Amino acid sequence: MDFRWSLVWDSVPTLLDGLVTALIATAFGYVIALVLGLVFALLRRSDSAWIRWPIGFLIEFIRSTPLLVQLFFFFYVLPLIGISVSPLLTGAFALGLHYATYTSEVYRSGIDNVPVGQWEAATALNLSTRRTWTSVILPQAIPRVIPALGNYVIAMFKDTPQLAAITVLEMLGLAMSIGSDTFRYAEPITAMGLFYLIVALVMAWGARIVERKFGTVRA
Amino acid sequence: MSSGFVEYLWEGLLVTLQLTVYGAALGLVFAFAAGLARLSGSRLLRGIAFLYTEIFRGFPALVLLFWLIFVIPAFGYQLDPLFAGTLALALNIGAYAAEVVRGAVQSVPSGQTEAAIALNFTPAQRMRKVILPQAVVAMIPPFSNNLIELLKATALVSLVYLPDLTFAGNLIRNATGDTTAVFLGLLVGYGVIALIFTALMRWLERIASRKLGRQVPPGAIARIFKRQSAEPQGV
Repeated sequence: MDFRWSLVWDSVPTLLDGLVTALIATAFGYVIALVLGLVFALLRRSDSAWIRWPIGFLIEFIRSTPLLVQLFFFFYVLPLIGISVSPLLTGAFALGLHYATYTSEVYRSGIDNVPVGQWEAATALNLSTRRTWTSVILPQAIPRVIPALGNYVIAMFKDTPQLAAITVLEMLGLAMSIGSDTFRYAEPITAMGLFYLIVALVMAWGARIVERKFGTVRA
Repeated sequence: MSSGFVEYLWEGLLVTLQLTVYGAALGLVFAFAAGLARLSGSRLLRGIAFLYTEIFRGFPALVLLFWLIFVIPAFGYQLDPLFAGTLALALNIGAYAAEVVRGAVQSVPSGQTEAAIALNFTPAQRMRKVILPQAVVAMIPPFSNNLIELLKATALVSLVYLPDLTFAGNLIRNATGDTTAVFLGLLVGYGVIALIFTALMRWLERIASRKLGRQVPPGAIARIFKRQSAEPQGV
């Protein structure tokens, strides 16, 4: 057996840099997923079939194709159409778009769970469509789905190692570069695995706190 | 596209399908073992199954894959890459699907268990003849989602140089520089495979439901075109 625990500890400082990068990507991507997901969910309820069908198709399409291929797609195609952003931003955008399709379904379930009487009451009060959404429906729909949305932070964080494929130096990228410097891959990858376990546990715990704080509908 | 590229894609497609099918089969074994173990009377079994689901759900599939490929050799074993890929995918998806199994078994009404006890069935008979046939029907739709997740996760193996569909796409991109077409083609390809798998699962669900005398709700295609609305008409 040829495995040195000391080398696992040696790779921790380098991997911490990668953890920060991964967390930045997750944070950016999550904001995009939250906003874009809501936009998708609302567009999918549009009166016009010309909006509903393409959006529905787009959501099912993005959901059923690999994030990795989407990452490659944006990484290689964005420069071709004259958009040059850093790989980290490209990655965060692709992550956000991918998960927006999941969050849009979550929002949908939240909106569907607002009782029909609330729509009728808003109509009776002669609220405009916009006021109905902003003052009646969404304030009730969103708290219902906060626990479900929380799961996606962890899921997105778990997808950040794929950003290594588009040259982002997050933990996997750094672990592999330590490996190519020292010719020892086993130790940095083990350290990275431990990192992922710990951070995922911490995030699950954090999500529960947020859920307890905001996850109830205020009457 | 020259015929050499078509051959690459074809071989890549076969690897992707192999990984999906083998991964699903092995994942199903893990899912049933862990899902049923979590409901068992033995504390030890429950504990092991709990650890398995929590660890492998909290652990990125890609990291698991790299661990199997790069770390296991340091302990003196070398896994065949295709097997390592299948194992990583199956361990990952099995942990998610185990929760599906557990939920489905728990969702079978308790009257069914009581009836089976009243008929003097052994616990094994009860599970096999009464609970599982009903639970399996409830498992198929979430399994369908798991299967698509598994299909998407197979693309990860291209990062450890397993020549799957994504890997073939990257090769062709390197050779031709035709980036947009290659990646759009890959995305459409995966989309079509996903559609086929979804249709297969719908068919399975239909068969299983019919055996229990139930109706099947509308599927993904209908979901795209249907207007989803709780809002009263004519507002």
